[in-house]
Amino acid sequence: MPLWLTDDEYRVLEAACERLVPEDPEHGAPGARSAGVADYVDGLLGAFCVDPPRIWAGGPTSGRYGGEAGFSTFHRLGPLDELAWRTRIEGSQGIAEREFNGPVAGWQERYRDGLASLGEDFCDAPSTEQDERLRARPQFTALLYGHCCEGMYGAPEYGGNRHGSAWRAIEFAGDVQPRGWTDAEVSGP
Amino acid sequence: MTVDAVVVGSGPGGAAAADVLTRAGWSVVIVEKGRNHLLDPHDPTRLATDFSNDEIKFLSRHFLGPDPLLEPRTFRTTEAEGDHSFVGDVNNIPSTVGGGGTHADGKVPRFREEDFALETTYGPIEGADVADWPLAYADLEPFYAHAEQAIGVAGEAGANPFAAWRSGPYPMPSGAPMYGALLSGASAERAGLHPYPAPTAANSVPYDGRPACNNCGFCAFFGCPIHAKGDPVALLQRALATGNAELVAETFVARVCTDGRRATGVEVVGPDGAVRRIDARHVVIAAGAVETPRLLLLSGFHHPLIGRYFMVHFQTFALGVMPQRLHSERGRAVTHVHDDAVIVDDAARAAARAAGLPWVRGGLVEHGGPSLPIMEAKLYPWGQAHTRLMRESPMRDRLWAFTMQGEDLPQATNRVDLDPTVRDVRGFPAPRVTYHPHRHELVASALHGARLVGVLEDMGATWTMTSASPLVGKTDRRGASSAVPISRHVMGTTRMGTDPETSVVDPFGRVHGLDNVVVADSSVFVTSAGYGPTLTLVALAARAAAALAGSELPG
Repeated sequence: MPLWLTDDEYRVLEAACERLVPEDPEHGAPGARSAGVADYVDGLLGAFCVDPPRIWAGGPTSGRYGGEAGFSTFHRLGPLDELAWRTRIEGSQGIAEREFNGPVAGWQERYRDGLASLGEDFCDAPSTEQDERLRARPQFTALLYGHCCEGMYGAPEYGGNRHGSAWRAIEFAGDVQPRGWTDAEVSGP
Repeated sequence: MTVDAVVVGSGPGGAAAADVLTRAGWSVVIVEKGRNHLLDPHDPTRLATDFSNDEIKFLSRHFLGPDPLLEPRTFRTTEAEGDHSFVGDVNNIPSTVGGGGTHADGKVPRFREEDFALETTYGPIEGADVADWPLAYADLEPFYAHAEQAIGVAGEAGANPFAAWRSGPYPMPSGAPMYGALLSGASAERAGLHPYPAPTAANSVPYDGRPACNNCGFCAFFGCPIHAKGDPVALLQRALATGNAELVAETFVARVCTDGRRATGVEVVGPDGAVRRIDARHVVIAAGAVETPRLLLLSGFHHPLIGRYFMVHFQTFALGVMPQRLHSERGRAVTHVHDDAVIVDDAARAAARAAGLPWVRGGLVEHGGPSLPIMEAKLYPWGQAHTRLMRESPMRDRLWAFTMQGEDLPQATNRVDLDPTVRDVRGFPAPRVTYHPHRHELVASALHGARLVGVLEDMGATWTMTSASPLVGKTDRRGASSAVPISRHVMGTTRMGTDPETSVVDPFGRVHGLDNVVVADSSVFVTSAGYGPTLTLVALAARAAAALAGSELPG
């Protein structure tokens, strides 16, 4: 069950993300679908459906290289942090304290409109047709691609990069604290 | 209650001033507009655990602040562009306890003797206001030594043949050299350059109660999860440990209150929006070279040079794709640098002559840079090519980069003032930057960019390019103006000097015409040199505070 999107929206999102970051079975590289990028985007749009909001993962370690699983406990937001992130995600919605420099279109609205504009039949369209529809919406696709990159290659605690699969595919070790790297690993080939 | 001093900003400048003042017995309140993710203000031996190896949190989600939605800045290249041409992140440095020191990868070189006397040494340049500083390297040297001891700097005295003289060794030896830096260092030497281990404010050995850096690689743009970076947490710890300092976070200083020539304190806005006063005998402003002049202007000060001579470093990038993987996510982002591009040699003289300039100087060249996969991914197109490029990694794991922090000449038309329409979340006018590089910067960039490409080719790079920031007149693929410099090295804006007609503050940072207001950050810089500003601003802040408190050299 998606956190914020409808099931139909989630399916379109998943299909669109896979076109932007497709899998590469020959090299065992996951695409956006199997890495869970749609969960990353849905988790961002629904960040305030949970408490504390899923904006900033905690620290100092994830547990992947030792230490506590601190990333799993998200930071509490201060009042201004909450104002900024609610405005960015939900939009200003005519609320005065969010509109001190004018109205702000939120990501929820941009995703709802953008996914709808890709068409109900997007998932069943041929891939060339899917790519054409994405190219025809450059502003939405740019927003989506930025989030795709974050969801692919960011910390798994945000919902994407499932089990670190995308990091493994690009030979990136991820968050290495508290292990770090030895001097020999830094200086050697 | 009236405190001896209120310090505006908890970054390297404010922390350095607070350190000196509190040890002289002064009562100090440090006011920081950002959040505290750094240390327990009531027990400064307890360091926070909020920092992490998390690219989303630090690069995509403004964890260190400021959030550009809440605190936008505006930009234009010249007045001819109207009120502004861009609104958003303009040279933002962190707004958080610890300020810019939290996100820097801690390259902390000293300036050289001639950097304080450019006009005398090389002469004026038309269209710029090149001037000598009202102090010499020798005046600052004891404070450089103090700063290196206080924040903990690893380096190798004698390794840089161009370095200014120093009264003692670095407090720590250099840390592990990165693999790519060993390759680029060897090629640079073959080209007649003189690379050396970068003076770095990251512990190479346990120091001052904090651990040695373990080379995690999340250095530039990130807070250090293990607090091996000493700048400026060490200074804040020292100040708070005296028991004479109070640290107040999430509190914005909106105005310096005055009675004639004397400041009486500051008006602040707390996290709940409530406005209150902090009464103080002295006001030390260390908010950074954009926010410091903004505060002076918000306070109604009228000196015509407030905000003028805004400088950044004109950054030149030389990029090379190597056949092999360099694992540059291991280590401190940059472990080696060279000074040759700062030196006015025959090639620089020839380039200057050809361009009709009396001289050109470049800046410190950094070998390497951060290596982050989200940043990389966003450079590539989407589709099948994305997956292949991420696997082959020409823009991350096989990329080697040189960044030159080019000297930016002071121009009166480059300035910070208040935007007429854009506001921050608290309702105050946003700061506006008007900036356009001088031709000198472009000539230096072209000269040294080409030299650096030659080094990359010698290293074995199969593909090279040069770029720079700012790129006037161009837009990036999101339509944002590339005229906004991406450098975070902001300087100038309350120029230091002896003459109140041509400067805003005196040689000890005191604002001309006010008896007890001191600027203690890189706003006071007369010229930008070609070196990161942090160590110099820490030394200047310590010197200004020592003069204020009448204390001897800090021990």
